Amino acid sequence: MSIKFTEDHEWVLLEGDIATIGVSDYAQEQLGDVVFVEVPEVGSDVSKGDELSVVESVKAASEVYTPVSGTVIGVNGDLEETPTLVNEEPQGGGWFVKIRIADASELDELMDEAAYKDYVEGLA
Amino acid sequence: MLNNQGRPTQPAASHDTGEIFETFTGNKALDLETPLIFEQGVPGRVGVDMAEPKKVKNRLGGLERKGAIGLPDLSEPQVLRHFVRLSRQNYAIDSGFYPLGSCTMKHNPRINEKVARLAGLGDLHPLQPASTVQGALELIDSLAHWLKTITGMPAIAMSPAAGAHGELCGVMAIRAAHEAKGEARQRILVPESAHGTNPATAALCGYKVDAVPARADGRMDLDAFAEKLGPDVAGVMLTNPNTCGLFENDIRKIADMVHEIGGYFYCDGANLNAILGQVRPGDLGVDAMHINLHKTFSTPHGGGGPGAGPVVLSEALAPFAPVPYVRHGENGFELIEHAEGEAEKSFGRMKTFHGQMGMFIRALAYMQSHGSDGLCQIAEDAVLNANYIRVGLNDMLHSPFDGICMHEALFDDSSLKGTEVTTLDLAKAMIDEGFHPMTMYFPLVVHGAMLIEPTESESRQTLDQFIGAMRHLLTRAKEGDVAYFQGAPHFAPRRRLDETGAARKPVLRWTPPEGEGASDEAKLSAAS
Amino acid sequence: MRYMPHTADERREMLEKIGVGSVGDLFADIPKETRLDALLDLPRHASEMEVEKNFRKFAGKNLSPYSTPSFLGAGAYQHHVPSVADHIIQRSEFLTAYTPYQPEISQGTLQALFEFQTQVALITGMEVANASMYDGATACAEAVLMACRVTRRKKAILSGNLHPHYRGTTHTTLQFTEFEAKSLSPVIEGDEDFSEVLSEETACVVVQNPDFFGRVRDLTDLAGKCHEVGALLVVVVNEVVSLGMMTSPGEMGADIVACEGQSIGVPLSFGGPYVGLLATRQKFVRQMPGRLCGETIDQDGKRGFVLTLSTREQHIRREKATSNICTNAGLCSLAFTIHMSLLGETGLTKLSHLNHGEAVTAAEALAAIDGVEVVNDSFFNEFTVRLPMDAADAVEKLAAKGVLGGVPVSRLIPNHPKLSNLLLVAVTETCAESDLAALVSALKEIL
Repeated sequence: MSIKFTEDHEWVLLEGDIATIGVSDYAQEQLGDVVFVEVPEVGSDVSKGDELSVVESVKAASEVYTPVSGTVIGVNGDLEETPTLVNEEPQGGGWFVKIRIADASELDELMDEAAYKDYVEGLA
Repeated sequence: MLNNQGRPTQPAASHDTGEIFETFTGNKALDLETPLIFEQGVPGRVGVDMAEPKKVKNRLGGLERKGAIGLPDLSEPQVLRHFVRLSRQNYAIDSGFYPLGSCTMKHNPRINEKVARLAGLGDLHPLQPASTVQGALELIDSLAHWLKTITGMPAIAMSPAAGAHGELCGVMAIRAAHEAKGEARQRILVPESAHGTNPATAALCGYKVDAVPARADGRMDLDAFAEKLGPDVAGVMLTNPNTCGLFENDIRKIADMVHEIGGYFYCDGANLNAILGQVRPGDLGVDAMHINLHKTFSTPHGGGGPGAGPVVLSEALAPFAPVPYVRHGENGFELIEHAEGEAEKSFGRMKTFHGQMGMFIRALAYMQSHGSDGLCQIAEDAVLNANYIRVGLNDMLHSPFDGICMHEALFDDSSLKGTEVTTLDLAKAMIDEGFHPMTMYFPLVVHGAMLIEPTESESRQTLDQFIGAMRHLLTRAKEGDVAYFQGAPHFAPRRRLDETGAARKPVLRWTPPEGEGASDEAKLSAAS
Repeated sequence: MRYMPHTADERREMLEKIGVGSVGDLFADIPKETRLDALLDLPRHASEMEVEKNFRKFAGKNLSPYSTPSFLGAGAYQHHVPSVADHIIQRSEFLTAYTPYQPEISQGTLQALFEFQTQVALITGMEVANASMYDGATACAEAVLMACRVTRRKKAILSGNLHPHYRGTTHTTLQFTEFEAKSLSPVIEGDEDFSEVLSEETACVVVQNPDFFGRVRDLTDLAGKCHEVGALLVVVVNEVVSLGMMTSPGEMGADIVACEGQSIGVPLSFGGPYVGLLATRQKFVRQMPGRLCGETIDQDGKRGFVLTLSTREQHIRREKATSNICTNAGLCSLAFTIHMSLLGETGLTKLSHLNHGEAVTAAEALAAIDGVEVVNDSFFNEFTVRLPMDAADAVEKLAAKGVLGGVPVSRLIPNHPKLSNLLLVAVTETCAESDLAALVSALKEIL
């Protein structure tokens, strides 16, 4: 299953019915040095568009909205000690949340990697 | 989701600072270091002499402290020297120019300090019988009169402790007024360029904040405003002159529009300095406005406070003003302290006592010193100085909005494009030139914003020197001397600090080094 | 005018450079019909000498509690402020400095704030403290909001013996939020019971120690009961000198401590500006309101201090900030830090014993007067007496004799007939033997 992106620079990787969510390389670059990531409680239900998390640098805080609905089944505990993971491996070890999704079709409207690349280039 | 106003907050690795000599002490002649107070104590010293406590049967109900607190013991000269040394690591308006937009850092006259400390003014207890504090109540009443006259408003709430507290007072009055009419309105309109306190205050009053975009000329977009207005809008919060340093010339129309839908007009008074004696907010349709006594009326900023934020109110909002307030009664001045009787509509109490009396005294002394003629001159000179800086720099720095500004000149960072020097770098280089940096990255609607407010206190010579320094630095930046800027400040007591590290692993208090002298509780709390 | 440097010539030249004909042109954006065409109806400017005279006139109409026997407390306490504290806060570099957003040239303010935060954490027995709030009541209200955020619950319980103005301020602050506060009734005798109201919906219980009536209570059990249901215990301290000899709120299990810090270094000043202290556990720090100062290093590796965790604050977080607070009590917190540094462990302990000793002596002297009853079994430096007459009337009669005899409870809790004879009497180190004698004899005369 390939990775998808939102216009707000979140990425979603769907494996089975588990979606892993984080922020894109472009987003971490814009944010600068990440100092803190606030993650939701495991077990909470979220709907598409809800505020899922807050990612903070020293002088900015940005909300991360969930592009999919479902139940939070895991959060990245490593971020508490090592928020730099968001800068270093935004699309790997710097993931935020895992959600068991209800409706895979919610991903249909998101961008694939190539489309997102074009989108980001258009922002410059 | 992205706030692209993020800026580098972690300094580059140390590079050659040009320092040839290191000293044994770390001091550099008059540049004197001092350890934390906790690193200087010797148990048994004391800096205050006092009588021996009476030997009595303890009546603490068994709650006597068992362990030590962990405070250091020092003598008076040690404490004095420590804080004098610390003071010398601060920039201050008394020693130099603060071109801080939106903050109005002006001269702080010393007569204000003197009268605030008079016996019978600075040492009164807030709960003395009214008969013993008639002069204090008269003073509050007199200040209220000056503020109402200056703003052309019929009523005032004196108790708010600062600007944001004043905003809270004003918006609570608005909400209380709507509720008294049985209306539950949902939204407050706030321009995108507003101070952060505006949306934060509206949220604390249970309102949804709806941001109104700015027009190309830096004023609020009237069409967008009209579109957002509706029966669920409680009011608008607008700064005027606005945070771009421009007068909202449609202000009367804005007031009419918000009144038409039954809403109220809150004016953020942070920039009142620009219009003193020129125009009265009461004539512009304002329903509530806070006045930062620590900005416009020069009570000292004190490194971050205390402030005072009295709020002038329209007839419509006056009945909802907070308690306590002063009124003329049969036996002289009285304090109304409870939301009952004549104050039954009051939305309540905002702080422990009556207001920031110490700030009231200073502000009234400042106003009396200026008088009606001086107040008018303040605005004229403040606006004159800002425009003088604007024309002194506008061939080298880009103004996002054309034309005459009010009390502050706004530039963006487009002139720095391609230089690799950022607004932050430029500001830090200003430190080396002996100036406090301008307000940076605010308002958010302008990229890499530099907001410069000179105030009426600065002489033409200071302004010329500031303009000269800015021009010099801009030339240097355009010549590509990036390393100089990125390493700035070079000559301050500290170089750039690692704010990222500070935020990632917050160390918010001193803890004793392992195995040394602190109390058990201190160790316990430090460890947990 | 002495504060403005420009001469008429300079103004003219500057206008020329700007390219406008007159200063009026600079104000052209103001709607014409609203421009003032005359000076405001206020007196003209005044010399320094005239201003001083005006303020001496105001001062002359007041009775200073430092010049007469005074026993006023109820949230503001008369103490001696060391001259070093008042001298240092008048140094230009502290007095006229801005908020330390530029750390390279603000290390003085920042290091002092770091020392302040440490002192507050130590005396309250907590892990961390912020860089101050406006005053005790606003600190209390912010503590309640913070507890609601931490617990994600909506209901706060306020002790009936919490200072009435703190209760009022908290109710005011919460009234338009999704949170609510329930105030219990004052309890004059016996212990207040929270078991009826405490539930799994409770965000926090707020209690004051010593309470409004001066009584001291061990809060350890209450902390345990709060924690059992997942609620926080917020402890308010009105008189921080008490912490010199009392078990700290932290040791008793408090989760948030909100104090009025005026007693240390800050003049009475008719009620403000004061300094609110707010301390908590490290794990709650991201829900804390207000400025925080943290330690770090600079580019050369030297220790330095910065304002930190700013993403909690309004200037970054806007409507999602932990509070709308911006200004803190800056200079008052500095005065606190200086006074506390002068006192140290030895001095604070001694000062608290001195206060307690004077208060115990006074309580015994008052209890010996016919018809006067000391209500408290325990207290620190303030206690409640029951008079055989209306306490507000008694205070007026005492004032007429030049004695500021205390604060009638009815001034703060009106319309409560059972409380109308109660008088709060505070006794600090400033109380001389002759002051107590004056109160005793004046009371005997009026009763």
